[in-house]
Amino acid sequence: MKHLVGVALLVSMPAWADEASVTLKPGPGADVTAANCATCHSLDYIQINGGFMPEATWKAEVAKMRGPFGAPIEAALADEILAYLVKHYGAPAR
Amino acid sequence: MKRRGVLRGVGASVAALSAAKAARAAGVLTDAGLPEGTRASATLEALPGKNKLVKLTYRPPNYETPVSVFRTAITANADFFVRYHLGDIPDMAALKDWKLSIGGDAAEKPLTFTLNDLKSRFPIAEVTSVCQCSGNRRGFSEPHVPGVQWGSGAMGNARWTGVRLKDVLAAAGVKAGALEVAFDGADKPVIQATPDFIKSIPLAMAQSADVLLAWNMNGVALPLLNGFPLRVVVPGWTATYWVKHLTTIDVRSKPSENFWMQKAYRVPKNMFPPELAFLTQEDANTAPITDIVVNSLIAAPAPGARVAQGGFDVQGVAWDGGSGIKSVEVSADGGKTWKAASLGQDLGRFAFRTFNLRVTGTAAGEATILARAVSQRGEAQADTLKFNPAGYHNNVPRAVSVTVA
Repeated sequence: MKHLVGVALLVSMPAWADEASVTLKPGPGADVTAANCATCHSLDYIQINGGFMPEATWKAEVAKMRGPFGAPIEAALADEILAYLVKHYGAPAR
Repeated sequence: MKRRGVLRGVGASVAALSAAKAARAAGVLTDAGLPEGTRASATLEALPGKNKLVKLTYRPPNYETPVSVFRTAITANADFFVRYHLGDIPDMAALKDWKLSIGGDAAEKPLTFTLNDLKSRFPIAEVTSVCQCSGNRRGFSEPHVPGVQWGSGAMGNARWTGVRLKDVLAAAGVKAGALEVAFDGADKPVIQATPDFIKSIPLAMAQSADVLLAWNMNGVALPLLNGFPLRVVVPGWTATYWVKHLTTIDVRSKPSENFWMQKAYRVPKNMFPPELAFLTQEDANTAPITDIVVNSLIAAPAPGARVAQGGFDVQGVAWDGGSGIKSVEVSADGGKTWKAASLGQDLGRFAFRTFNLRVTGTAAGEATILARAVSQRGEAQADTLKFNPAGYHNNVPRAVSVTVA
């Protein structure tokens, strides 16, 4: 994943982005989530969608990134990312 | 992981940045109708060449116009919203040798144009039109749906100058079997596996006199982040078709199979009947989003404002998908009673129409203000949300609460 992040920095860093200020909530899975998701987009995409998605919806989002959007994320890592997103950015349990 | 951009000024201390961040985050998007995460993370920030806009995401950049801007019919270029799907955006240097190519299996002969070619070969055309993101107001969907959680500012109205797409199509020659005209811009995905952003419109729409390839916005060159040097302008249709940094026009005998046509930007069939059905892109249950629905926005007073009991002005804009605005009514009592607002100058059927109502005689205390518009074709704003999975076309009047004192 280090490799992917390196590639992202080289090819996709627009000069105007101030995204270094965006930090995800700390916890197991935060690093792997940040490293993979930030290949293609800033992490505020996760923040703005925080607080309302149940697990099934986050699962569909991760599947969309790995499927039609072609994110090269292995299944085991995707599960780790999903668990992190559900725990920290999911809908509160009812 | 460290990322540094030019906005993180050289020499600025981390502490100063944090303080600035806290200040600009306060009260940017406070509407309780937005997701909690959106309200917590949105900030007010200026991109190069832009006034401060509401930042939803840095990369790809998605920034909306503050609602208080919408007191005038024309939205200044520096205030105009920014929306990208893909992270690899060209800079001015990359666009130095820009050219437009037109071709495809349903074009007679492929052609290439420089900007000067377009300006000298075809009649100049102009339209004043609203450019509204399909997802404008997605953030107010009930229940919330995933996506960029736009408030009300993913829109603007500008005077667009360019040439008619139909004239450029005629120069290339359109074959009898042509079905769609597809547009590709110079912005690209970060990884090759991500679908490029390519959008198509039906041939009938492409050949209407309203659709332009525009290089000017409000009399000056398009800002980089609004599509420099050339963008598609499809008045009356949502901005997903208004491809920026346009490089390729593909005249097609077959429907586009691109992800952004077939999987994204879809609405349930028959929920929002369009003026011109996009039949080649319909499937059993869904249709592409096309026509903008009638809508209005209160720009002043601001939510939470203190207004004078002696009288205050309710101001804003109303618009629709191209019939023009017939009337706007304003309520200062939460919708119990309504009064007709006066309408500002008519800049054309695709443009924002400003409205204004002086409100007097309101009791002291909390008051709830609403506005609702009716189009020239008789379409009224919805009373209740027509929920759809992508959160499109939310034109339920949004209440603005103020304190009368």
